[in-house]
Formats: sequence, structure tokens, C-alpha cells
Amino acid sequence: MYTLTRRIGLYLVTAWVAITINFLLPRMMPGNPIQTMIGKQTGRVTPEMLRAIELQFGVGLHQSLWAQYVTYWDQLLHGNLGQSITLSAPVSTVLGATLPWTIGLIGAATVISFALGTLVGTLLGWRRGTWLDVVLPGSTFFQAVPYFFLGTVLLLIFGSTLGWFPVLGAYEQGLTPGWNITFIASLLSHAALPAITIVLSSIAGWIMGMRNMMVTTMDEDFVLVARAKGLPGRKVVGYAARNAVLPSIANFSLAISLVVAGALLVELVFNYPGVGNLLLQAVLNQDYPLIQGIFLVITFTVLAANLVADSVYVLLDPRTRQEA
Amino acid sequence: MSIDVGTLTEVPVGGPAPEPVIPKVRAVRLPRSPKVIAGVVIVVVFAVFTVIGPWIAPYDPSYAGFSPNLHPSSVHWLGTTTLGQDIWSQLLNGARATMVVGFVAGIVATMLSVVIGITAGYLGGTADEGLSLLSNVFLAIPGLPLLIVIDSYLPAGGRSNTVLIGIVISLTGWAFGARVLRAQTLSVRKRDFVEAARIVGESRSRIIFFEVFPNLIAIVAASFLFTMLYAIGAYVALAYLGLTSTDIWNWGTMMYWAQANNAPLTHAWWWFVPPGMCIALVGTGLALLNFGIDEFINPRLRAAGVSRRGARKAGLPRHTKLGLTPVVRPADSSPGSAGSAGSLAPATFGQGDVIRMTTKDTR
Repeated sequence: MYTLTRRIGLYLVTAWVAITINFLLPRMMPGNPIQTMIGKQTGRVTPEMLRAIELQFGVGLHQSLWAQYVTYWDQLLHGNLGQSITLSAPVSTVLGATLPWTIGLIGAATVISFALGTLVGTLLGWRRGTWLDVVLPGSTFFQAVPYFFLGTVLLLIFGSTLGWFPVLGAYEQGLTPGWNITFIASLLSHAALPAITIVLSSIAGWIMGMRNMMVTTMDEDFVLVARAKGLPGRKVVGYAARNAVLPSIANFSLAISLVVAGALLVELVFNYPGVGNLLLQAVLNQDYPLIQGIFLVITFTVLAANLVADSVYVLLDPRTRQEA
Repeated sequence: MSIDVGTLTEVPVGGPAPEPVIPKVRAVRLPRSPKVIAGVVIVVVFAVFTVIGPWIAPYDPSYAGFSPNLHPSSVHWLGTTTLGQDIWSQLLNGARATMVVGFVAGIVATMLSVVIGITAGYLGGTADEGLSLLSNVFLAIPGLPLLIVIDSYLPAGGRSNTVLIGIVISLTGWAFGARVLRAQTLSVRKRDFVEAARIVGESRSRIIFFEVFPNLIAIVAASFLFTMLYAIGAYVALAYLGLTSTDIWNWGTMMYWAQANNAPLTHAWWWFVPPGMCIALVGTGLALLNFGIDEFINPRLRAAGVSRRGARKAGLPRHTKLGLTPVVRPADSSPGSAGSAGSLAPATFGQGDVIRMTTKDTR
């Protein structure tokens, strides 16, 4: 449990750093961007909203930095992420409506990518030096392709040219969300192309990691013993893979933030109604409260995903449980 | 102080100390696999484009006076945009900003990770705890969203400054390299020659930079390539979101305009495929180079590049039994000596030796 406690401590510190960065950035930047933003929004901003912005960013309030920091935390702990200027709604409400789409899409795609990539990597590591190695340069290429470019190409080929998949949104216009077959089918067909994009772009990392670990693990003594005992190859690979997969899970936290970054941009390509699209709108309109709220929520979500991966790791690897 | 520095740089060149010679000889011998050669070729070609791109571009990339939406032709090699701009000129001009940001971020981030990683690994104790915590925190914070927040606050002048953006990107990209370098430093630090240097009474900074650091150069190079790859991806993503100045042409901005004008839905593939392919090719080139370094660091991975025919030529068994790893080096001695090395291969692992672990089929 020591390992897990340590990780939780790390994530708490990370969350604190993210919040503090969020607090300090607008106050440190030259040229007073918040004042400029308020200037641009005159006429659209009600006095209450102006007051909320002033409270959040400490503009026009002659308070000490520390007093502002306390106010900031107080608001945050009450779940108040500020007011979105362009959408005239609380940031938390806006995010509550978009976050499930993103978590559903990215979560499902990441799980598929990890499972599939680990399987392929196991196979490649086991059958090293055969024709299967042609997968490697190909996956290198897919790893280097930006997610949004791959998405654009897939959209052009399978969406607008072949017409196999719908091109925009998360479900058919006019359908009411609910647990019925028409809606779920529409949901899945709309999510298919974005999910395929994310899987194709992120799978190479899992394949390479697993393959390299398999290559190393197959040299271990216990694999030799398993073979010497005359176990069938399938079982030997099973033993080796179980050990080789551990670093992949341990590195999950490194990979996930890159995957999330790429996947957010995939949403733009497909106009998926998730956080990525919201972020684009916020950036275009210089809606600083929304940008900052999105950053915090993404960070917290990624940290939560890391914690899940760490718990799985502790469950799988007894060595992490022994040192107490 | 200045005298000291002079003598310090003198020693590794002509001094009697034998250990700096080893990394020197080995550093030259990167694996000459087709992967590495392909990587070098790709990276060199794009480096050339970075330098001469803006000079050989036929038109001004921002000039919008051509007829719009032209398909690729002999006049406009890659066609024109809906605004009537020449895409080939944009592509050539865009190389510079993209590569400069990647290079600057790679350099700055690598320096940060070298200083932080090696210091943490060598000093240990509280310093290690603190620096490791710092890099783990920066690893856990998602980089691109943080970059977007920072970038959205930059004034217009900052957004068109490619060096500044490179530095900002490096702030989110140094942590991985620092972690890897720290781990490697921990293992190097325990070796005898470092211990010897410490007993002789050499200063801490000299041990770090002249004893430990040369042994980490391969990893530093790998971390540089990795960071450059990350930085190019991050810069292009920022540009794709419209967060860099539109005065500076780069491959991400090109794709931003293509997306904004619905190029994928109007089948204008010549608009967004060239910049996307350029990004992917540069990335592949850097990654292939990185493989070369990986195989250099971990010889076990090296046999992976050997095809079945190559393995038969080198006298390796078709299926490796008993989990021994065949490692191929250019042969310069008779096959008889290789056979004798078979049973005691690890013991004869020496520099320039032919290492062939011939395994007997003991099924």
C-alpha cells in the first residue's frame, strides 16, 4: 500500500501545482490580458459577470496576492470554476454537459488501444525476426502522424468520399438521447471514426513498449525453466507476457496525457461535442475562465485515470505490496 | 578558475586516463541498419528544406491573388487554397518555423533534463526527492492543455516569436528525459571509476560532467530526439488550434486554415495532406534515429532488425531456442572462435568481439 499512498501524494501535489499555475498565470502575464478581454466584451458582460471575473482573476480589486489566493481556493472548493463569458453560463455547468462525451470516447478508445496493442506487441516480441516485424516501421509512422491529421484523412476517405460513416456530431440530429437501439446505434456509428483515429494513432506506443519488454523478458531464467520443463509455447508466452506487461501499465501515466492531448484535437476534426471542441471555442473567443476551467478538469481527469492505472499495477505486481 | 578549465578540457583529449576513449570509439559505431539510414536521410532532407525553403519558394505564401481552389498543376505544384494562395510556397516556408521550434525546444528541454536528472541521480537524498517530485509533477500534468493556457495569455508579439514558443514548449517537455537520465545516473554512479574519481578527490561538478555525463550521451541524444518530436507535435497542435500567429507560416497553421475552410469535406486533399505528411515524415525520421540509439543502448533489441535471410547468412539458428539472444556484429574473426564463444558468450563479451550465441537445440 506504500506505493499507492506515495502515488496519491504525488497526484495531490500535482493537482495543487496545476491549481496554483492556473491562479498565477493570468496575474503574472505581461500586458494584462484579462483587462483586455473585459474591454473586448463590453456590452455583452453584465455587472454580475464582471464582478465574478474580477473575483476570479483579481482584476481591479486592490487585494494582496495571498488574499486573492484564499478567495480562489474558496471558490474552487465550492465547485465554482467561474463564469464562461461567451456562453453566459457557469463553467462547471458547461463542462458537466461536455465532459461525459470526451470521457466516453477517449476512455473507450484508450482501453481498446491498450488491449489490442499489448496483444500485438506480445506476438511481435515472441515471433521476433519473422515477417511480423514489418508492422514495426508502419507503426512508427502512425505514431508520428498527428492525431488530427489522421482524423482528417479518415474523414475524407471514409466519411465524405465513401460515406461509410457519418461526418459530424455525436448522434443523428433530431434523435432524443435515451436507452433505445436507434439512438445507441447512431451513437456508435458517430463515435466509430473518431475512436478508430485515436486507436490507430496511439496503438503504436503500446505495441513498441510491449514488444521490447517481451524481447527482454523472453531471455529471463524463468522462461528458460518453463521451456525446459516442456510447457507448451502458448503457456510460456503467457508467463512471459504477464511479466512484460507490467512496465506498460506503469508507463500508462506517461502515455495518457499525450493520448488525451491528441484526442482532444480529434474532436475538432469530427465536430464531436466534447471538451476539445469547447476548448477551441474558448480559445477563439478568448474566454479565459472557460480555458482555465477546462485545463483544471482535464488535469483532474488525467490524474484520476493515472490513479486507476496505479491501482491496477499494485493489484498485479505483488512486489509493490511487500515493501511497507 | 580559467586555468582549471583549460586543464580539464586537456585531460580527456590527450591524457593518460583510459576511460574517455571507450565512449569515443563506441559513439561512432551507430548500428548501420536500414532503419537508421532511412532516419538520417529523412532528417537531413528536412533540415535542408528548413534552411533553403523560404528562398526557393516560388511565391509569397501569404499572397492571395491566384485563382482559388486550383488542383495541383505545373504552375502551382500543390494547388491553391480557397483564398488563392500557393500551397507549395506555404509548405516550403512552413518548414522553417516548425523545425526551429522543435530544435529550440529540444535543446532547451534536454539541457533542463540533463541538469535536473543527473543532479537528482547523483546527489540522492533530499535533493533527489525534491527534483524527482518536480519532474513527476510535470509528467503528470497534461502538457498540451497547459501549453494552451499559457499560450492563450501570450500577447500577439509573443505568439509570432518562434524561439519563445519553443522555450515555452520545452517547459512542458523536459520531465521525461530527466526521469530517464536520473535512473541511468543511479546505475553509473555506483561504478568503480566514479568511486575512484571520488576517492582521488575530484570535485562534485567535475565528476558529474566529466565522469558521469559522457556515459549518458546516448541517452541524452535519445531524449533530445524524443523531445524534438514532442515539440513539433505540440507546436503543430497549437497552430492547428489557431494559437500561433497567422503571420508565421508553419505546417499546423496550414492545417488550421484547411480545417477552417472545410477542406476535408470539399475533397481539397492537396491542402492538408502535404503539411500532414511532412509532419509525419519528420516524426518518423526522428523516431527511426531514436531506434538506432535504442538498439545501441540495448543490444538485445538489435537482432530484431535481422531478417531471416540475414540471420541464416550470419549463421544464426532459425528459431532461437532456450531464450538466448543472438546479437550480430560485423564479423572479423573466423567462425571457429565464434563457435567456442557459444557456451561462454557473456564472459567473452568484449569490445569489437564477434558475439554469436550459437544455441544448441536441446528440446
